[in-house]
Amino acid sequence: MRILRIVLIGCALSWATCALAVHPSEILPDANKEERARALSAQLRCLVCQNQSIDDSDAPLARDLRVLVRERISAGDSDTAVMDYVVARYGDFVLLKPPFNVSTLALWLSPLLLLALGIWLARSVGRPKNAAEADTQLTQAERDKLDQLLRKDT
Amino acid sequence: MIIEFGHFALILALLVAAFQTVVPAWGARVRDARLMAVAEPAAVSQFFLLLIAFFALMHAYVTSDFSVANVAINSHSTKPLIYKMSGVWGNHEGSMLLWVLILALFGAAVAVFGNNLPSTLKANVLAVQASIAWAFLLFILLTSDPFVRMIPAPADGQGLNPILQDPALSFHPPFLYTGYVGFSIAFSFAIAALIEGRIDAAWARWVRPWTLAAWMFLTIGIAMGSWWAYYELGWGGWWFWDPVENASFMPWLAGTALLHSALVMEKREALKVWTILLAILTFSLSLMGAFIVRSGVLTSVHSFAVDPERGVFILAIMVLFTGGGLALFALRAKDMRIGGLFAPISREGSLVLNNLLLVTATATVLIGTLYPLILEGVTGDKISVGPPFFNMTFGPLMLPLLLALPFGPLLAWKRGDLLAVGQRLMFAAVAALFVVVVIYAVDHRGPWMAPFGIALGVFVMAGAITEWASRIKLGSASREEVVRRAVNLPRSSYGTLLAHFGVGLMVVGIVGTSAYQSERILVMKPGDTVSIAGYDLVFKGAAPNRGPNYREDIARFDVTRGGAPVTTLEPSKRLYDAPPQPTTEAGIYASWAGDLYVVMGDEQQGDGYAVRAYFNPLVRFIWLGTLIMFFGGGISLSDRRLRIGAPMKSRRAHPIAAE
Repeated sequence: MRILRIVLIGCALSWATCALAVHPSEILPDANKEERARALSAQLRCLVCQNQSIDDSDAPLARDLRVLVRERISAGDSDTAVMDYVVARYGDFVLLKPPFNVSTLALWLSPLLLLALGIWLARSVGRPKNAAEADTQLTQAERDKLDQLLRKDT
Repeated sequence: MIIEFGHFALILALLVAAFQTVVPAWGARVRDARLMAVAEPAAVSQFFLLLIAFFALMHAYVTSDFSVANVAINSHSTKPLIYKMSGVWGNHEGSMLLWVLILALFGAAVAVFGNNLPSTLKANVLAVQASIAWAFLLFILLTSDPFVRMIPAPADGQGLNPILQDPALSFHPPFLYTGYVGFSIAFSFAIAALIEGRIDAAWARWVRPWTLAAWMFLTIGIAMGSWWAYYELGWGGWWFWDPVENASFMPWLAGTALLHSALVMEKREALKVWTILLAILTFSLSLMGAFIVRSGVLTSVHSFAVDPERGVFILAIMVLFTGGGLALFALRAKDMRIGGLFAPISREGSLVLNNLLLVTATATVLIGTLYPLILEGVTGDKISVGPPFFNMTFGPLMLPLLLALPFGPLLAWKRGDLLAVGQRLMFAAVAALFVVVVIYAVDHRGPWMAPFGIALGVFVMAGAITEWASRIKLGSASREEVVRRAVNLPRSSYGTLLAHFGVGLMVVGIVGTSAYQSERILVMKPGDTVSIAGYDLVFKGAAPNRGPNYREDIARFDVTRGGAPVTTLEPSKRLYDAPPQPTTEAGIYASWAGDLYVVMGDEQQGDGYAVRAYFNPLVRFIWLGTLIMFFGGGISLSDRRLRIGAPMKSRRAHPIAAE
């Protein structure tokens, strides 16, 4: 699928060299801290790329951001503190998971609302539409009688 | 000369499409059989004209006629023949030509195979189909003409992006377009039905094979693209929730919902209004995909295809057909009678649930894809909606869908017994729980949810097997009876079983590789060893090599497992001649357990290379699952009862109910 974009938008240059996004020299000696850095990197957008995280991108700016994240982690920042630090500098645009606020309310709530709407709409599907049709259903007494007849039959 | 001939054929096709839009539709209105009858030869000749145009362009590519601007910009004389041919659709203009060719192919197929269609319906369907072709042909001729000459011709072309010079990619766009464009038939049928104001079970019977065919090709097209991204882009990813991926995924989701709702309509005459709406929406999403990909609105960072004129034109086409279709729907839908009745717990009920979840998922992807654009337009705020959002919203919607999937086919029509079905699925549930226990018992380091995700996939697979066993009465009937039932089970049932089994397998692959991928990134010198997932890789060094149109450095890794040699991996870094562009070729060793995946980086100062090694567990199951889904669709399509023009004929003495 990526292909279409590459064929038509011609952004292959940014892709071709992305194989080694995280460079060995960037990796922190502490495995736990490195793991945290990787997890945070996957949530941060490479600002000069198309919808790529800095963890995937080979762009110099992505590299700078990766190093920045690792610096903050090494300095003892918590995950939230690192994210706040990055957002303070680059804005919400840098977050691949948009924050929950007024302007993204519709985004985050729409799946739930749509599902609720769908359930509300689906509720009447397959049900008789009006009383006339509903009347064709058997009453309990008729059903009992039918059961009796069927049992007698067998 | 051949190019001018192709250009002329393209213009002629536009005129034929205009004729085919107006005359048969008018004929259907005034009930004139002669006017309606022109639709068939028109549809067939429109197809052949576009075939001529297409082969004229391909001829220019194969013979490297650089006096054609499109060829000069996108091809090169030293390119291997297969990539010269696939280069035809490796660019905007050529791919639009392929798009209309497939559109015309579907129209011609309806004309030729739709013998059992009522004449007015057929005339209207072909007229609507031609109107779509007409709009796109006008688009090509006015904004994206592939036959424009470049005088004087350059000595050589600029070449095809090397990253696209790949066998899987050569066939990815035709499959994908066949899927996208195939849904146009469902759209045309829906519009034709609305024009006539008559919709019944027979309509669904005619539409379903076309929808199924389109769905199959879209499935395999998306899978090929994802597979290519996996082995070519070089970091083991296979899905990125990229706007362009989403553009293909939305019609797939809606098309999957359409397949299932059309089933209810065909068997029970219920969900008629909904199915019509879904047919319109599915193709509208295909059109929107074309708009997203070609207008560049969502990919503004890259300027190649950002052409306002083209974007606005496609937007106009999209608004015309989507808006027109929906307006017609709003006018006519209320006249349609509600169909068969059913209880919430029933086969119909399960298919309603399927539609509810799939359509909500489609809408979620749609909103997530377009939201940044809309927000920026309204408030000026720039936000990103990336994979974390889609995983958090799309995933929870798929969970109940997969959980409910095995129940659906086992429930009876009209009124089902959930408890009885639950009992029949005991085996599947036990199998799934067994998997959870085994994973935790053996070794578990991934997220705690992962074993349950894999178990869900196993549940779906075991559910499909359970359904098969219960249809052939395995274990309850005599052996002869079981064999007879297995042989006589309709192909459409086998198709469903296989497709559902494929879904389960795909889920296992997705969860397995997402949760348990391991990775090593390091600098390696010749002689160094790296261990990953039980494999030991010894770096033997790198050597230069010369390919047909590139130079490369090939590295060699001897792979052993517990001391025993397994394979030799040879990842490489290539530099293509034209255009001069570097690519990386991953070294991949595939096994059922997973893929060992090695990528070479740059040579380091002070000797050694940057190396990235991955182990992607169960990753092949993703594509194996989609392949099984594709074949499931194919087997279903080969069922006589589904094929257009095939009358209901009981060839066997004791046919089994096709439930």
